[in-house]
Amino acid sequence: MASPEPSPTSAPASASGATVKRPGFWRRFSRHRLAVLGAVILALLAIACYGAAFVAPFPQDQQDLLLGPVPPSAEHWLGTDELGRDYLSEILYAGQLSLSLAIAVALISTAIGVFVGAVAGYRGGWVDDVFMRITDLFLVVPAIALLALALQGLGPSPVSIVIVLSLLGWTYIARVVRGQVVSLREREFIDAARVIGATHQQVLMRHVLPNLSGVIAVNVALAVAGAIIVESTLSFLGFGVQPPQSSWGNMLSQASGLIGTPKV
Amino acid sequence: MTSVLDVRHLVKEYPVRSGVLRRVTGSVKAVNGISLTLERGRTLGLVGETGCGKSTVGRCLVGLIEPTSGSVLLDGVDVSAMSGRELRAARRRIQLVFQDPYASLDPRQSVEAIVSEPLRLHGLARGSESARAAALLDLVGLSSSVLQQYPHELSGGQRQRVGIARALALEPEVMVLDEPVSALDVSVQAGILNLLEELQRELNLAYVFIAHDLSVVRHVSHEVAVMYLGRIVEYVDADTLYSAPQHPYTQALLSAVPLPDPRAERSRKRILLEGDLPSPIDLPTGCAFRSRCWKATDVCSSIPELRTTDYHAVACHNADQV
Repeated sequence: MASPEPSPTSAPASASGATVKRPGFWRRFSRHRLAVLGAVILALLAIACYGAAFVAPFPQDQQDLLLGPVPPSAEHWLGTDELGRDYLSEILYAGQLSLSLAIAVALISTAIGVFVGAVAGYRGGWVDDVFMRITDLFLVVPAIALLALALQGLGPSPVSIVIVLSLLGWTYIARVVRGQVVSLREREFIDAARVIGATHQQVLMRHVLPNLSGVIAVNVALAVAGAIIVESTLSFLGFGVQPPQSSWGNMLSQASGLIGTPKV
Repeated sequence: MTSVLDVRHLVKEYPVRSGVLRRVTGSVKAVNGISLTLERGRTLGLVGETGCGKSTVGRCLVGLIEPTSGSVLLDGVDVSAMSGRELRAARRRIQLVFQDPYASLDPRQSVEAIVSEPLRLHGLARGSESARAAALLDLVGLSSSVLQQYPHELSGGQRQRVGIARALALEPEVMVLDEPVSALDVSVQAGILNLLEELQRELNLAYVFIAHDLSVVRHVSHEVAVMYLGRIVEYVDADTLYSAPQHPYTQALLSAVPLPDPRAERSRKRILLEGDLPSPIDLPTGCAFRSRCWKATDVCSSIPELRTTDYHAVACHNADQV
């Protein structure tokens, strides 16, 4: 077909073969040095915590009553507590619980927030008003007080901590997603999808959410960090993970009394 | 008559709300009672200035906007009354090509995903979607090497070809072309227009060609409808419109088209319209054009109907005698 435009085959990248060789995801990712560094640190952290059974220098909860509390040494890198348990091993095992809680909270709260924000932004009108006023309501409630109350009621098990933190943490991403969806909704490719016969649900799943993947991924990452802090805060205050289970928060709370005490 | 598309008294009003209580205090009549017919293999040009409602007509036809009243008949079947699954099946037969090929393709989807999406949605070509997508791209003059590329890697003309391939995927009978070349470079426009003509011949497609560029419309259209503020003011075959326009608005529009011959360009009289386009919320009583018309007389205070004489329809009391 004769046309005055340059034909697509004249592009150098596609001149050789029938299909264009595209650099894969990993090839493109590996070119970004900081991203690789971050991924390596995360991987090491995950391996150290979840592989604690192999990585940790001492088994979980192994006591050495004769040793008692000692400062950091070559054998116990971070010292031991009063029962002679190795702090480094304890931190790694506690990380399993803290990280699991945080990741679960991040995923669940992001899922709730994305759902609420996407529906509110896409439907608009009274649905938008109702959903966003509910979001505002959750935002003005003092989170820590509500958390403490809720955990008293439900009992401070890891599952109830995840549920309560997720139900409180979805508001931020809901507002961000709503704003993005409101602007995406007006884009022409959404109309185009409607014309070829996509239902609203299909438009949301295939065209709106994929265009928000960056925002959603960033939010999950930030929410993990946020959840670790909140869980630690709760455990420090005594409402979170209870001994003998240990998390980063209740380890801090147990150790807080030792700050400023002289070495034995 | 075997008209594939029949539009009857299409009206689209938008409510105007004001005050704290958001009460409806008026309405914008974007489309004000439009009737069109289109036969297989023919092109109807729809022209008018910005804001005259021509894009609204196009969007009503493909179901993006629900008309306030009036009906859209595809092959004699009224689709404006349908909803849900039934409507989506019927709408397969009328597809839209968008003005801006930069905005109408999802930046997150590859060309293959874009072109095969309509097939998947309607369960067509099951199992051989990519082969069909490649065939569609071939039809619009793109090689299958673009299948794995993303819209941002393509030129404007290539993108518009992808948009056309997507519309063709559902084997429509009518295509609404909403200013399909006005966002493209002039050098690329000709290629797209030729492609559209070729496709029309091969697939016996009917086109509704929406544009504000009169010279492009003349090139592609068999019939032309001129719109002014939501109404059709003149509706006639393309040759007659350009050789003997009857409505003063059409005459003014045509006098603004530059002529390639400088001598002819110098000697002809330009008709300059005075004033601005009236607000569609507050239309002039009677003929909507009379606030800017140099032929306006007292009879113009009543709304002129579209009068048909020898296939030439004009909505003007003072139109030149045929």
